Amino acid sequence: MGKLSLPMLPLLQVSNLRVHYHTPYGPVKAVDGVSFNVEAGERYGLIGESGSGKSTIALSMMRLLKSPGQIESGEVYLDGVDVLELGDEQMRRIRLAEVALITQGAMNSLNPVIRIREQIADGFRNHDKNPNKEEIESLLQRVGLRPDVANMYPHQLSGGMKQRVCIAIAISLRPKLIIADEPTSALDVVVQRRVMQILKKLQVEMGVSVILIGHDMGLMAQFADRMGVMYAGKLVEEALVRKLFSKPQHPYSQLLMESLPSLEEKTAFQLARGSPPSLLDLPTGCVFHPRCPYAMERCIKDVPVLRTIWSEHRAACHLLDNGKARDLDQ
Amino acid sequence: MTALLHARHVTKVFSSGLISRAKTVALLDFSLELRTSQPAIIGVVGESGSGKTTMARLLLGLETPTQGEVLYRGKDLRRLTRREWLQFRRDVQVVFQDPFEVYNPLYKVDHVLETPIEKFRLAGSRHEAENLMQQALQAVGLRPEETLGRFPHELSGGQRQRVMVARALLVKPKMIIADEPVSMIDASLRATVLDNLRKLNTDFGISIIYITHDLTTAFQISSNIIVMYRGSVVEAGDVSRVVKQAQHPYTRLLVSSIPHPDPNRQWSDEEPPSEIGSQSKDEVGCKFASRCPYAFEPCLKTAPPLYQTEDHRTAACFLYREHATLNTEKMDNVFLYE
Repeated sequence: MGKLSLPMLPLLQVSNLRVHYHTPYGPVKAVDGVSFNVEAGERYGLIGESGSGKSTIALSMMRLLKSPGQIESGEVYLDGVDVLELGDEQMRRIRLAEVALITQGAMNSLNPVIRIREQIADGFRNHDKNPNKEEIESLLQRVGLRPDVANMYPHQLSGGMKQRVCIAIAISLRPKLIIADEPTSALDVVVQRRVMQILKKLQVEMGVSVILIGHDMGLMAQFADRMGVMYAGKLVEEALVRKLFSKPQHPYSQLLMESLPSLEEKTAFQLARGSPPSLLDLPTGCVFHPRCPYAMERCIKDVPVLRTIWSEHRAACHLLDNGKARDLDQ
Repeated sequence: MTALLHARHVTKVFSSGLISRAKTVALLDFSLELRTSQPAIIGVVGESGSGKTTMARLLLGLETPTQGEVLYRGKDLRRLTRREWLQFRRDVQVVFQDPFEVYNPLYKVDHVLETPIEKFRLAGSRHEAENLMQQALQAVGLRPEETLGRFPHELSGGQRQRVMVARALLVKPKMIIADEPVSMIDASLRATVLDNLRKLNTDFGISIIYITHDLTTAFQISSNIIVMYRGSVVEAGDVSRVVKQAQHPYTRLLVSSIPHPDPNRQWSDEEPPSEIGSQSKDEVGCKFASRCPYAFEPCLKTAPPLYQTEDHRTAACFLYREHATLNTEKMDNVFLYE
């Protein structure tokens, strides 16, 4: 914002990504034309409810999507390279070294009969490196674990400690991008705070970009600089976190904000209309129109495009098409 | 008047392993008297391993206490006759966490509503049964014509959970125990389920025990709250005071760990205390002492009793040792009824 810098390409450029799951009932359009950028050193949040397509985006970027999922079209440029065009062996070399993934269940993917030391070393070995004792212990220390955890087995660790081991593995080869898909959803709130603070500290220290995927607005507010809101396979709004919380523009984002429970005062519950649509049978026009309190005739016919409404703020809503962003204060 | 449900000094120990017989104390000396004369919503909050679900299962008669007893209208659950048991199953209903697993995918949604009608012989005719189902669905804000005749996969998680609330309501219970009823439901749909529960309490006079790991929804829906940590009650009382001016160091930690959905209200930078290691069975003293910033000598030697710190709250912490201790059997005496 206002600072002088050389024009640089963003670290990650996702353009018009479409991912379908092919089922006997027809294609499930899990990701339906999503585009966004993540800058180097940025903490980007991707929020959405179940079935919104956020995890499918993560798997597609890692090229870990399994059948019947299929990337139909789009580009994912990571540091100038389209990862969707890479061969399997090239992609294997990029994973962990350039881009790492931490999932909700990552802690359960640790091998129960292998010591932590070996599991961390495994990542190095897959990239033809051999870490020494100090390297492994220093990785553990960076995620707030004692060095002797290296000699332990996963069952000797709590869920939060295991998840931190997974973070240690994720940073071991100093990737440029870490994708954290619901990294703390299986953890208790106290442990969650600790894990998120460690992730944030490492992000700052290493200058790595992090994409945090989740459903918890609270975590987004605590962690991300900028965030995108997903609904039924589409990115419906994107803005700086502060702006998105103070002036959400898309009616779905507004619904999310209104349904946030408060610890300050007891309020009447904001009852949402309807439920998210089936991805097999999406509504015509705007995917949100059946639930939208402002839906007009146009919304049933035309698909709104994600367009810039003011600096660093994009939203896909016909109400904003006349160039006027709505001010919620009025 | 005898209480509908009364847990008296209930302890539940689980043993695991054939050889080592490792013992886990899931719930320790828990007492709670639930009267129906003042129907209220009581929130029970705790993290995993706090004993909140074990407590619910004990109250439902799904587990038997290792020590102590659970009384239904003054009679031990283990000694109920068939007839009394049936009445108990009618008076005390449950809504579980997973709105996906409780349905048989091969049966239409109607099936979960028909079952209690048949079991408790609530209707004399098919027509009457349909009326009952429609009324129950309408009470939770679902349109019967859009719900009946459908298969579970055609409904959203929120709708499925509301059908479960409707099912609980069908038998006109005195109490509903709801164990994490909204934790698997998307945020934008949670409010409808919580609103249903609130209405059952206000409009139908049903007492509700709302069990959750989420302090925020517990605050929104409950009048009184019980905070549990590793099998014991650490703090209880009027929900507003407990949440806004937490007394027990654990409750304070819990409140400060909540990620506020407000970018201007960041977590403090102080490092939260370490996580719990494995539980040792011969642990004496306060279970929170190893993580507590205020721990001093007595905390390591004996477990603190519940002190009545104010009219409507109690905390199990030696920081409040100048207050009178509370008879654990009377824990509910501190509850504030509106």
